[in-house]
Amino acid sequence: MNDVLIRVEDLTIGWDGVVLQAGVSFEVERGDIFVLLGSSGCGKSTMMRHMVGLENPISGRVMIAGHDPSKRDVGAPPFGVMFQSGALLASMTLWENVALPLQGWTDLPPDAIDAIVQAKLRLVGLQGTAAQMPSELSGGMKKRAAIARAMVLEPALIFLDEPSAGLDPVTAAELDRLILGLNDNLGLTVVVVSHDLESIATIGKHCIMLDRESKSIIAAGDPRELSKRSDDPRVRSFFHREPLEAAR
Amino acid sequence: MRAGDPARSLAAFRRTLGAPRFELEPARDAEGRGRLMLRGRLAFSHAAALWRELRKHSMGVQRGQTFDLDMAGVESIDGGAMALLTHLRAELQQRGVGCELVHAADSVQQLVHMYSGDVAVGRRKRRRPIGTLDQLGRATMGIVHEVQLVLAFLGQVTVAGLAVVRAPGTANWRELTPTMERVGADATPIVVLINFLVGLVTALQSAPQLERFGASIFLADLIGLATVRELGPLMTAIIVCGRSGAAFAAELGSMKVNEEIDALRTMGFAPLRFLVLPRALALMAVMPLLTLIADAMGMLGGFTIATLTLDITPIGYLNETQKAVGLDDVMQGLVKSSMFGLAIALISCQQGLATTGGAEGVGRRTTAAVVTTLFSLILIDAAATIFFRGLGYE
Repeated sequence: MNDVLIRVEDLTIGWDGVVLQAGVSFEVERGDIFVLLGSSGCGKSTMMRHMVGLENPISGRVMIAGHDPSKRDVGAPPFGVMFQSGALLASMTLWENVALPLQGWTDLPPDAIDAIVQAKLRLVGLQGTAAQMPSELSGGMKKRAAIARAMVLEPALIFLDEPSAGLDPVTAAELDRLILGLNDNLGLTVVVVSHDLESIATIGKHCIMLDRESKSIIAAGDPRELSKRSDDPRVRSFFHREPLEAAR
Repeated sequence: MRAGDPARSLAAFRRTLGAPRFELEPARDAEGRGRLMLRGRLAFSHAAALWRELRKHSMGVQRGQTFDLDMAGVESIDGGAMALLTHLRAELQQRGVGCELVHAADSVQQLVHMYSGDVAVGRRKRRRPIGTLDQLGRATMGIVHEVQLVLAFLGQVTVAGLAVVRAPGTANWRELTPTMERVGADATPIVVLINFLVGLVTALQSAPQLERFGASIFLADLIGLATVRELGPLMTAIIVCGRSGAAFAAELGSMKVNEEIDALRTMGFAPLRFLVLPRALALMAVMPLLTLIADAMGMLGGFTIATLTLDITPIGYLNETQKAVGLDDVMQGLVKSSMFGLAIALISCQQGLATTGGAEGVGRRTTAAVVTTLFSLILIDAAATIFFRGLGYE
């Protein structure tokens, strides 16, 4: 029997009277690496913001482990989120950023917090940078630090918004390896927003493709299979980096 | 030629381009349809001349007529020139004139396609100018929306405050002391200087008037009461508004546009408890202390002028001040200053958290925070003064 962790039911999202996606439904199973695909402006990141409860949908609902994330009160979060820019708190050092959820939601003593923070920073390859401010870090380092912060409370689910966007190929590949490692070794469920084809092919186990024109899901399944076998020209044009006219 | 003179530089640049190497000739085909024959090399470097010619030839064409752009004689064309031709085609089609780019060589046709010169032109959406009444309506709705946001924010802060009273551990107390230091201790030098000068100037302006009536000693009464009841709290609030209020709005605005607020929310922290309450409490606590310093410095300014320029002894001035200024006068000022502190923190934080639209939005909200706060300070001051008068404080 499938162990569904996230259930998105008939979700319509948008802002200022503009509907980005209408009546979208899908499920994410526990232990999956689930990729939200689609061209720019189709509402991938907005969909993720709804899934983590930062926005209220026009209609429909999102349930994570049976709970509506938008109705969550203050307290330890049941999932971690990495934003596209990293969104590290600029007034805090890297150590303080990663330690913040531990200080807020656990009663761990300071030396235990330090041990966990240092371990998480080592895990994402940022050992020796704990005292640095976010402004002193490169884009890739900020994203890694944001992943460390998102994982520090050992959540079972993590959301990553464009983890490889704007990174050089080597750093992007290292991030992919890190995500795969977390999924394999810790059983972490990962929801990734991306349009990086190489990254999708490397890490994605399941995906859905959102379409800007039809405001709906136009493909779902294993991204490698979709890339090879989809008959939909919109899907083919995306995976093969072709103009839509050529794919038709 | 003067280096950097843009007009001369442009003229020199134009000379290097040489004369335009294109020709436009109106013609009619066998069926009487109008067309414009384009010949030669159409380049961006001669775009101005090309546009003038195109406009001249297309000006008299009427709805229902045809005016094709015949590209058969075009040897070469670049993107800038093609942009002008496709724009003219679209404009003429929207006016009801038949216009196509025809007989282009293969290489030119590719550029026509790239610039969408061969796709159907959509109907032009007419932009209606916004009328005065419409503008007034929009502005009113904008103000109503802002008021709604402010009221909602005040409600949320109240709820957050009550929640912190019930569960004190959920507030971000670590932020309190550094914020008090930033808005209080760091502001002390400027509070000292400004209030001393305000007391000094007020005394300088008042002393000759009082001296004329032989009432010089009452300078101590005037400066003492004006400082502790009005000038001390108000001047301190204005300084703190410009210093800390603007900083709060800019700081929270930057955090909002950089998704830091969203990150806090996803980590389970409520921005109001984490960011707003510590700032509000810090300002409410620090403002009375700064005001006490301001009061002392304002009276010192008056004392300096009285003892240096008037025939008043230091002891006489201090005695008169002690007689005139009571504890209730000082308390009035301190209560006001605490209210000012709360207003500065809440308005600045509300404006910061309402920021949208990147760096420009941060600037706009910071300005709005300072202006709104200054306006509110005067309103609160007036209301509090009337209230204290109503309670019987003269």
